[in-house]
Amino acid sequence: MEKDLLKIENLKKYFKINGSMINKEYVHAVESVSFSIKKGETLGLVGESGCGKTTLGRTILRLHEPTSGKIIYDGTSIYDSENKKQPDMLPYRRKMQIIFQDPSASLDPRMTVGDIVGESIDIHKLAASKKDREDMIRELLAKVGLNTEHANRYPHEFSGGQQQRVGIARALAVQPEFIVCDEPISALDVSIQSQIVNMLEDMQHEMGLTYLFIAHDLSVVRHISNRIGVMYLGNLVELGDSYELNKNPLHPYTKTLLSAVPIPDPQKSKERQRIVLEGDIPSPVHPPSGCRFHTRCPYATERCKQEIPKLRELEPGHFSACHIL
Amino acid sequence: MEEKKLLEVKDLKVSFFTPAGEVKAVDGVSYELGYGEVMGIVGESGSGKSVEAYSIIGLLQNPGRVIGGSITFEGEDILSYSEKQMQDFRGNKVSMIFQNPMTCLNPVYTIGNQLMEALMCHRSMPKAEAKKQAMEMLELVGINNVEKRMVQYPHELSGGMRQRVMIAMGLICHPQLLIADEPTTALDVTIQAQILELMKNLQKKTQMSIIFITHNLGVVAEICDKVSVMYGGKIVEQGLVNDIFYSPAHPYTRGLLRSMPRVDAEEYERLIPIEGTPIDLLNAPAGCSFAPRCEHCMKVCLNQKPAYTDLGNKHISACWLHAKDAKKEA
Repeated sequence: MEKDLLKIENLKKYFKINGSMINKEYVHAVESVSFSIKKGETLGLVGESGCGKTTLGRTILRLHEPTSGKIIYDGTSIYDSENKKQPDMLPYRRKMQIIFQDPSASLDPRMTVGDIVGESIDIHKLAASKKDREDMIRELLAKVGLNTEHANRYPHEFSGGQQQRVGIARALAVQPEFIVCDEPISALDVSIQSQIVNMLEDMQHEMGLTYLFIAHDLSVVRHISNRIGVMYLGNLVELGDSYELNKNPLHPYTKTLLSAVPIPDPQKSKERQRIVLEGDIPSPVHPPSGCRFHTRCPYATERCKQEIPKLRELEPGHFSACHIL
Repeated sequence: MEEKKLLEVKDLKVSFFTPAGEVKAVDGVSYELGYGEVMGIVGESGSGKSVEAYSIIGLLQNPGRVIGGSITFEGEDILSYSEKQMQDFRGNKVSMIFQNPMTCLNPVYTIGNQLMEALMCHRSMPKAEAKKQAMEMLELVGINNVEKRMVQYPHELSGGMRQRVMIAMGLICHPQLLIADEPTTALDVTIQAQILELMKNLQKKTQMSIIFITHNLGVVAEICDKVSVMYGGKIVEQGLVNDIFYSPAHPYTRGLLRSMPRVDAEEYERLIPIEGTPIDLLNAPAGCSFAPRCEHCMKVCLNQKPAYTDLGNKHISACWLHAKDAKKEA
């Protein structure tokens, strides 16, 4: 792990709703998030639904055009809101790929699995001949643990776990360097989840991939990630080494999130103290002032209501955005 | 002394008759549930855990049919009930909460309306009285601003709030048995924690029995007294929660426990997955349904279905691996 492969600075994404001229309202999906991912690293992103983790993942790939901020990939800018013209993404699409959450919804039902995997090979003109293309598809399917004869089948003929394998094969088809894994296992059965997690880990070692791993399941994220970022209402509230963050969570939200994860151990789950949050996540259309978490935080003070806390390095490599720390 | 049982399910068989053939969704399931007991049913999708619960409450839909076995509730055979008796039974004695509250609440009626309907139908209660009780119930499940919530529609509430309304609706006629079908799966972890706390407290208060269907072993560890692990339409292992988690006997249960990353693990350990894909019930294997994925699979597993072995303390497991022990004891 040496240099930064991806760096984002103050990345923002607002979605416009109710678009009248005077009364414009926005969903504040991602709010000034900055971090960097090193080559070969896995950065996990956790948070509840609606916290903007998926939007952030997609905005990094410019599947959503950012509202403002900077995205730097491998030393070159792929988005900078200060520039008028943004670079063409096609060459970067070869390097940056995504695996989606719902495998059945993200595979075209009218294309064969071979064509789904082969489509990006065609777009980027990676195959020299028809036979070459076939070989590549076959190799990819074998790599993700599918039968190579399945290339002529359609997605509905596969189980959920197998469909997700197709989704992974498609992402790997262009030999990318960086993959956004957007909840790749949450739609799968428990016994299949670990198969996919292990496969993603193997691919990473084999091909030197860098992952941004998005999930709401902290135990999975901790397992697969080197570092974890915790998001709440579009803000990154804590960022740190995955084991350090679990052992020694700093932000009150991270603490509650950790204590809410059920542990498959009857004794331990009876003994531990659980912090149960009051209320629900506020609306991202009218996010609370100051610290976004103050409406649910047990330690909130007057200052939290007014001032937005900055992400500060409290311990080496461990960042948190909270006034009381 | 024989304990009194609330619910007894014996050798229940449910099949779906599809154009492609018979699907044995539930294939010989037996268990007992005592008063005030919380049982978890764990299994993957397609293991038959929901279908099994639907047949208790008479919600099986065509082409599904109960084709064998019995369900006895407080000594009465439910399967012989007429539709009218069933209606009286549902809601009054047994009620159910579902996975997705948005699809289960009626979008065109207010929350209050839907809650009061249950009381007015089942208890023939006058409207004013029903309203009072509905509001009490909403307070009990931790909803604030009850007056306002009563006149709101489901889409105006958040996911956690809707699930609370579902629970209120399930409990409003004080049933003796609550069937909860993945009630927290669609929720975020922090909301899931809220709902689990709520259900634990309500269970203590009302002393009802709960059947908790889930695929999340963590949730089971938290709330259940005993656990049934289902695979391919059968209960493969059953026992008290401590036995299942600390001395799992069936390879499937062991595999499940091993394959989960744990938030309390001390250091990185590679996961040990269960290989293979979930069973296709249209072409169910002749022997043990888990055999094709089992690391201990023997010849006998492929041809013959294993019987239950009693491991003591109500802990049973269906696997040929125990056969040796069973013989020794006999």
